[in-house]
Amino acid sequence: MDKTDRLRILRFPARAYQLKELRCIVHSAMKQLGCGQMDTDKIVLAINEACMNVIQHAYADNRGGEIILEIFDVPHGVLFRLRDFAEAVDECRIQSRDLDDIRPGGLGVHIIHEVMDSVEFKRPAEGKGNILEMRKRLACKEEQHED
Amino acid sequence: MKINVSTQGQYTIVALSGEVDLQYSPQARTQILRQLNAGHHVLADLSAVEYIDSSGIASLVEGFQLARDKGLEFGLVGVSERAMQVLELARLDKVFEIHASAAERIKQRASV
Repeated sequence: MDKTDRLRILRFPARAYQLKELRCIVHSAMKQLGCGQMDTDKIVLAINEACMNVIQHAYADNRGGEIILEIFDVPHGVLFRLRDFAEAVDECRIQSRDLDDIRPGGLGVHIIHEVMDSVEFKRPAEGKGNILEMRKRLACKEEQHED
Repeated sequence: MKINVSTQGQYTIVALSGEVDLQYSPQARTQILRQLNAGHHVLADLSAVEYIDSSGIASLVEGFQLARDKGLEFGLVGVSERAMQVLELARLDKVFEIHASAAERIKQRASV
């Protein structure tokens, strides 16, 4: 991924009070790409959920840590890359669950998968931590390519 | 986020407004569970909710479960478009009792 395709980069502490600003930044990036309101709302929610998972689970010891969110303009859509510096997370523990089981937790992963077209969990080339890459095709960009 | 608690008929109305996210959803959860633990039927008014994430939805699910265990009613009223979008994504829109307004639910109950 070329840095010139990068729309935003945001470094922030893994704390709940940061989520409002995060949502504003994702919202503005989606508007810049010409994304409609309903898709924007869903994408903002999904990225919020991904960051919440890092805050609540990856940095579960409550000592906090840093999160880096990068947003890339890619052909036909948008790519979000979320990096943390926590201990490596077991991928099996972040699978979507059966929603027929009505209980409070585990909805975030389902929402991320429901909204995004692809969700890929990666290990960083250097250092500890986790990388979550989420891609979403955007109708507005499909229309641009058709023109 | 703001929370307003009031009484209408047999119901305690817990009205949430603004952004119900990870920072504020514990307050919503506390208030909903407090009212149910006090033996009140609860309607959560979501008409002024501008944003809600899975932590806020989880607070509502806990209310739903506690009400069921205690034989009380827990419903949602005036659900805003944005809140409904999240309930649908979580496939909970068919799980909760959802009413247009508290007044409508009170009238409905009175007519039974």
